[in-house]
Parts: sequence; structure tokens; C-alpha cells
Amino acid sequence: MAQTITQKILSRAANRKFVDAGENVWLNVDILLTHDVCGPPTFDIFKQEFGPDAKVWDPEKVVVLPDHYIFTANEHARRNIDLLRQFAAQQELPNYYDVGTDRYKGVCHVALAEEGFNIPGTVLFGTDSHTCTSGAFGMFGTGIGNTDAAFILGTGKLWEKVPESMKFTFEGEMPEYLSAKDLILQILGDIGTDGATYRAMEFDGEAVYSLPVEERMTLTNMAIEAGGMNGIIAADAVTEAYVKAHSSKPYEVFHSDPNALYHSVRRYNVRDMEPVVAQPHSPDNRATVRSVQGAKITKSYIGSCTGGKLTDFMLAAKILKGKQVTVPTNIVPATVKVARDLETETYEGVTLKKIFEDAGCSIALPSCAACLGGPADTVGRSVDYDVVVSTTNRNFPGRMGSKKAGVYLASPLTAAASAVTGKLTDPRDFL
Amino acid sequence: MDTIIQGKAYVLGKNIDTDQIIPAEHLVYSLSDPEEVKLYGKYALSGVPPEQGGLPQGNIPFINEGGFRSDYTIIVAGPNFGCGSSREHAPFALQVAGAKAIIAESYARIFYRNCVDGGFVIPYESAHPLTEAVRTGDELKIDIEENTVTNLTTGVTLPLNPLGDVFNIVKAGGIFAYARQENLMARN
Repeated sequence: MAQTITQKILSRAANRKFVDAGENVWLNVDILLTHDVCGPPTFDIFKQEFGPDAKVWDPEKVVVLPDHYIFTANEHARRNIDLLRQFAAQQELPNYYDVGTDRYKGVCHVALAEEGFNIPGTVLFGTDSHTCTSGAFGMFGTGIGNTDAAFILGTGKLWEKVPESMKFTFEGEMPEYLSAKDLILQILGDIGTDGATYRAMEFDGEAVYSLPVEERMTLTNMAIEAGGMNGIIAADAVTEAYVKAHSSKPYEVFHSDPNALYHSVRRYNVRDMEPVVAQPHSPDNRATVRSVQGAKITKSYIGSCTGGKLTDFMLAAKILKGKQVTVPTNIVPATVKVARDLETETYEGVTLKKIFEDAGCSIALPSCAACLGGPADTVGRSVDYDVVVSTTNRNFPGRMGSKKAGVYLASPLTAAASAVTGKLTDPRDFL
Repeated sequence: MDTIIQGKAYVLGKNIDTDQIIPAEHLVYSLSDPEEVKLYGKYALSGVPPEQGGLPQGNIPFINEGGFRSDYTIIVAGPNFGCGSSREHAPFALQVAGAKAIIAESYARIFYRNCVDGGFVIPYESAHPLTEAVRTGDELKIDIEENTVTNLTTGVTLPLNPLGDVFNIVKAGGIFAYARQENLMARN
């Protein structure tokens, strides 16, 4: 029987030859990811259900990456880090990346890639909705809650309903004014925030495979914004080179069968597409930047698992080099690695860090920061009637802090161009 | 488990995401300390813009000032309830506030799983849009065996979609209770 790539990976994890869309199957989990917000309650449930002295099923397969509320004086947030630290020590978890040490990484989805936990063909569950990001590596990644995570901690298994797949093919050569963010915002506008609920979103086509792995991660990252269970891009030579550079683990590359059944197939030609934003207050409220050009903004924010990778900052630097921002602009590298790369990677001979500093941006320490608002002292948090243009992933009311604020989700190019003018601005005006 | 759930309805719109159910700044409290847990009730649905809370009239708070338990035990909503972040704090906060069931047109996957596997609240799907047929404050009666909801204020009875596969997990009270019952917790 023909299968999609998602079915093949789930078949492998279920020790089956074939799994059908719609059936509930028990999966063997390759990696469980958690962080500072959901780790402590997950560990509580684990101890309550398996006993105070129980050991996790496999310490090598548990990855704990604190990233949400790191640089804050909030005492409850700090207590959560202490709880992670205690559990990691008690369970002797080798893959705990402690805050305040040189092991600290930053935003978990980007750090997973950098630390070599994204392995083609494997199954990853994480207590974060953006766990789907890892699907860019030709693997299955999806978000779960604390109870499900505690179940995995004890057993290494979880049930999941095999999803139907939706295919999104992007043909054509990527123009310099578009980024992966424009592609996924285009899809969200077409199918809505529940257009892929309980389904896999599979991306392919010449334009997708021309992108570096980090840009592909922007596509899979926002599958959850359409309600998708997972986003997935079959591994190619680019993926394999990245994986080999970051890990020595064996991997298995799966492809969808040519005659696999899909819920739906959508085709786009990137040459026909324009820079777009998602207007307040929903990620599917799409408009071309041209059609809303000139709307005043009060802040620009470039960061998060979606838009805080090195490739995002390379795009922003193209616009910001030699320019001045006219609204407060936060540069928030996703990870310590990305922050270091800003100091060494250059655009036209100047480091990205210097380009951003000279443009008047503030560079923050790596964490999730204001993507999800966070405690009151979080860098970049929206206040009152702020209007933010942001490379993050969600703009529901209050997401970045203030319930009264509005957030435009945009590509790094659009966020940078708008930072210069203080108004929503199509990046083509600067390229 | 009871076969009847009866209580006052609190009506919301579509795409109520988990940041509106429990804003991210409140995710720092303990989910096991009995006193601290009350804060989740206090802030349940506090991220919903006031005019969109307690429809159709709006500006009806879910939790009264200073309290942590709601007068409303059945939440009625449009499509895509619980979209957004994976935080299990969201269905937990609704449970702490006293909610027993949600009747929405549809759910986001992670929220739905969390409701069922954590045994917090029962996530029913209405076969027809309910937000037109129910006003905040109406008295509702859900019959779990019959898969129906009756609006006792208006006298109208409407069908609910059967819970299907997950009914056994709901009945057991969550994934752990279910897995013990079915002997699924052994390693490999």
C-alpha cells in the first residue's frame, strides 16, 4: 500500500509495515523534548504516576532545554528552572542545558537542530506546540501536553492518530524579496487557522528545496498555526549535510510514494507571490504588504523559533545595513550559537552584530522572550496599544503581552524594512 | 462518572487560543500546590478581550473579581477552540475554575488531547453551531449516554457528536487510569 512520508515514519515507530490515516497507533518515541514552562508539571505527573523513585525510560532520549522565561526576576519562573535542575540531577539526564552555565542554548526548537537531535526518519514529541519545527529534517515532530509527556517519560510510548496529509508544492526560483515566512503566511491565509487540524502538512517543490534548512524550519514551524499535527519536508542532500555536521547518529531517509493518498494538494509558483503579513489578531488574517503599506508601527521584533535563526538575521541585515531604525527594534537571537554567529557572520564585509548596532537596534540575550509576552520584565514585551511588526508565529490577542496591542506577523525582510520607516513597508522598496 | 452534567453556560467565539484561556505570564505557578493552583482558576479565560467574553452581550467576566471559581460550568464556543500553544495549564485552569465540559464546534488537536488524557474537562463537539442557540447564563444539561445537550432555559435539545474512541479514556478519567485498566503501562 502506498504511504506518505508521515505514514512511513509512523509505521516504523509502530513496528508496522503500513499504518492507515485515521487509525490510532502506539508509537515508540525517539526523543522527548521539554522546557521550563511544561517540564516541572510533567515531572510532577511522572512522579505521581510512576512513583517518587521511578526512573525515566531512557535518559539519553530526554532533552530538557529551558528557554521560555530565562532572563527575568520573576521568582516563580526562577523556581521552575530550579525544578528542572533537580530533576535532571536526580535522573542523571545527559541532555539538560542549564541556565547560567556554558551549556545554556536558548530556544529549544533551534537548539534541537544545532545539538544534533533532529534525525531523519525519527519520532519526536515535545511539550511545546512548535515541536513540529523539526519536521524540516524529514522526521515526525509534534506537540503534546504534560500528561502525555509524563506518560512517555515512564513508558517511551504514546498513542497518536495517523494523520491525513496535505501537500503544498512551491515551484519556481525564490525571488530575493520573499522568504519562507511569506510562503507559510500565504498558506495560512488560504486554509485558515484550522485548515490542517489533525493533519500532516507536507512541503515540497523546487523553491522549498532551494532553501537552507533553517528557512525550511520556518515552514514546518508554523504548521501548528493551521492546526497541523506535523509539518514535514523529506530530507535531501542539504538536510543530510546538516545532519552529518551535527550528529553521528544513523538516520533513515523516507519519501512519500508517488501514488500516496493526500487529503488535498496545493500548488504555488513563488514568482507569482508577494511579501505578505498576517494582520491582527490571527495568523490567517493575510494581506499583501503593499495593500497595508503605510500603517504605523511602534515596534519591530526579530526573534523566536520562527524568525530568530541566523538566516533570518542575514535577511534583516540586507535591509538594515547603512540604515537607521525609527522605532524600537529588538533583535533576539534564538540561541547562543546564533548570537555568536552574529559576531562572525558578515554581510558585505560587516558583521551582522555591527550592522544591527549601527542601525540602532537592541540585541537581546537568546530566549523565547516576548514572542509569548512572558513575565512583566521580558525584553520587547508589548505594552498598551503597541503596534508590533514581528517575525514570530502568533498574533492572537495578548500574545506578545498587552491585550490592547496589535501584532503583524511578517518576514525578517518586511520587519526590517518597516523598522526603518516606522510604517509597514514592502521590502522591495529597499532591495 | 456522572451521566448528566448540568450548569450555566459561558459563551465564547471562534479561535479561542490557549493564550486567551490562560495568558503566558501566569504559566509559572505550581500545578500541584493546592493554594497556588487557585491562581489558575483566578486567571482562567482572563486573556479574552472583555467585549468577547460572555456572548452574545459580552463584557461578562468568567471569574468574579477576587474569586477563583466560576459560576459557569459549561463553556460553549465556536470552531478551533484551544488553538495555539500546547500548554496543559489551559484545560487545567478551566477545571480549577469549575468547568466540567466544553461544547465547541471543533478543537485544536493538542488542547483536545490534553482535555482527554489529563481528565480535566470533557471536550464535546456540537453537531450544529451552538453559539447561536445558547446565551451566557442559560442552564444547560448534557446527557453523556444520549450525546445530547438540552438548553433548559429555552427547552431546545440538540445532538452532540459522540466521543468515539476517546470515550473510554474519558470514562476512565485520563490516560493513566485508562492505561492501567488496559495494562498498557509496561515498558516495551
